[in-house]
Amino acid sequence: MAIDSREIILKGILEHKPKSITTLPDLNFSKGSGEGLHKFIASASFNGSKVYRISGLTELRKYVRENFSSSDKILTTIAALNDIAKQAEFSEQDDPHDLEDVDLTILKAQLGVAENGALWLTEELLGHRVLPFITQHLILILNENEIVSSMNDAYQKIGDQDYNYGVFISGPSKTADIEQSLVIGAHGARSLGIFMMQEN
Amino acid sequence: MKDHAALADIFNRDEERVSWHDDTLWFVREKRDKVSKDIEDWEQLRNAASQIKDNVLSALDRYLIQFEKNALKNGVIVHWAADALEHNRIVLSLLKKAEVKSMVKSKSMLTEECHLNEFLIENGIEVIDTDLGERIVQLANEAPSHIVLPCIHKKKEEIGEIFHEFLGTPKGLSDPQQLTEAARQDLREKFLTRKAALTGVNFAIAETGEFVVCTNEGNADMGAHLADIHIASMGFEKIIPERKHLGVFLRLLARSATGQPITTYSSHFKRPLKNKEIHIVIVDNGRTIQLGREDFRNSLKCIRCGACMNTCPVYRRSGGHSYHTAIAGPIGSILAPNLDMEKYKDLPFASTLCGSCTNVCPVKIDIHQQLYKWRQVIVQSGYTDTSKTIAMKGMAFTLSSSRIFDFAGKSMRLTLKYIPFAINNQLNPWYKNREMPEVPKESFKKWYHQNRKNGN
Repeated sequence: MAIDSREIILKGILEHKPKSITTLPDLNFSKGSGEGLHKFIASASFNGSKVYRISGLTELRKYVRENFSSSDKILTTIAALNDIAKQAEFSEQDDPHDLEDVDLTILKAQLGVAENGALWLTEELLGHRVLPFITQHLILILNENEIVSSMNDAYQKIGDQDYNYGVFISGPSKTADIEQSLVIGAHGARSLGIFMMQEN
Repeated sequence: MKDHAALADIFNRDEERVSWHDDTLWFVREKRDKVSKDIEDWEQLRNAASQIKDNVLSALDRYLIQFEKNALKNGVIVHWAADALEHNRIVLSLLKKAEVKSMVKSKSMLTEECHLNEFLIENGIEVIDTDLGERIVQLANEAPSHIVLPCIHKKKEEIGEIFHEFLGTPKGLSDPQQLTEAARQDLREKFLTRKAALTGVNFAIAETGEFVVCTNEGNADMGAHLADIHIASMGFEKIIPERKHLGVFLRLLARSATGQPITTYSSHFKRPLKNKEIHIVIVDNGRTIQLGREDFRNSLKCIRCGACMNTCPVYRRSGGHSYHTAIAGPIGSILAPNLDMEKYKDLPFASTLCGSCTNVCPVKIDIHQQLYKWRQVIVQSGYTDTSKTIAMKGMAFTLSSSRIFDFAGKSMRLTLKYIPFAINNQLNPWYKNREMPEVPKESFKKWYHQNRKNGN
């Protein structure tokens, strides 16, 4: 292995790059659509997510009890839901591979994006990074007043937030690799339920 | 080795499949059109993306140094590879050090470019591609034929055969839902037992040292979060200056690629998990040379969405494998000659220069202009076919004198009239799928002299 590849590459770039610097564009051309909530619901549904508007966690509990049998296989990072789910807490000793039989995971998202139905979560909301992927089904809770209109607005809100890992999730995992036929449930969660908490 | 035209001929033997391939990719192109029109500021977005990438190319060394500094601060280990071999050796040494014999890999066109799988297999390491399309072509012992839709050239019945052989699905099973489920079950076991994962990089952010990986299937995350060591391979042009610029690129990428508003997962990797490692391999492999070719440098702005392939009338009817390079289609045809002009001299000619690729490119690369420019470079460098050179020289000779031109015109008219089979035969490539024109009675010159020159 050549030790000085770094130097060679950087020197090559310096010699070959354009002589003048192109300035960065102003990103303030994006205008928000205004109707954030309805657009978000439409976008999320288009992506294959199921959207429910709720006024409190009681409705979510009812939904989970009706649709998922064993609370052993339900994990959450939301303390208030400990009657229907186990707390997802990890120490360094815990093996994330033990999560392979998790049936449902319930997490809270920080914000939602109207234009594409994506939800933003950072590591501290996940329990473990692999949890929203390895779980068979995923439910994300979002406050209705945490919806921004575009990705541009989303990154303005995220700003210089420090995180170890962050992810936009916009629906259930899917693939169309076989003849362009859409199949829901590739390697990640087979379904995404978005529970929107209405403002009081 | 067969060139694009010869390989396209093979693909074109099955007319029904060509039509299907053509229609399917056009359907993806139409989805792209539809979602792009949902966005009012689409053209402004393309302009912004193009300008950001121009800025990146003009300060690339500075951004790479900044990225490295921040990544190191985040606890990520950074490696530099001048070429494909060095990249492959770095990956191998990391796997050996971690005592890993088998690795899961999500989609990375760079590793296709570097032929990493072959290299690792030769060195006794098993590679498991985890993107469904890539897994299918891997089991079939083929290369991906499209950068976003790797097995778009395969029919579901063929995939059923492959799964029957390798995954033990029932013979004759061809339902996409059931085939996908079989792959999910098989790959879950792989995700859970492999200790190393390799992913590509869609965007690397100089400002924060984080990098973003986009998938619909969730395979990059399943691999990376369960492994002890995560290796991310990136071409050095994947750098963008600031996190907020993701707001531009993530709006464009999936809309351009598959007509989705965004991929299912856009994962931002900044720091490794405790006791785990993240390595980034920054690869040159000819990119510095391309950066120095003024006419072709902005091909490095590419974000690998594949829109130029879906829209290309030649790609849709010739298939990805006819390009005999890791990245097919219009963009591949301007990237490949940089790596090996002689080997890929045919690719800039595999185009009608219609310009549709340029029109859909989210970062506004002037793809068809570059195809045209490559043709000139290739001819000037002496890499043209002998038959083409002879034809061109003959043409130049004929057009150089009006006497010779008149004679040639007359001979052609007489030939087409009395011995048409001398022209209309399989040896004449112009006769393929075409009728030669009807023979005019006289030359235009003669007609003009008789009808116009004398005062009418």
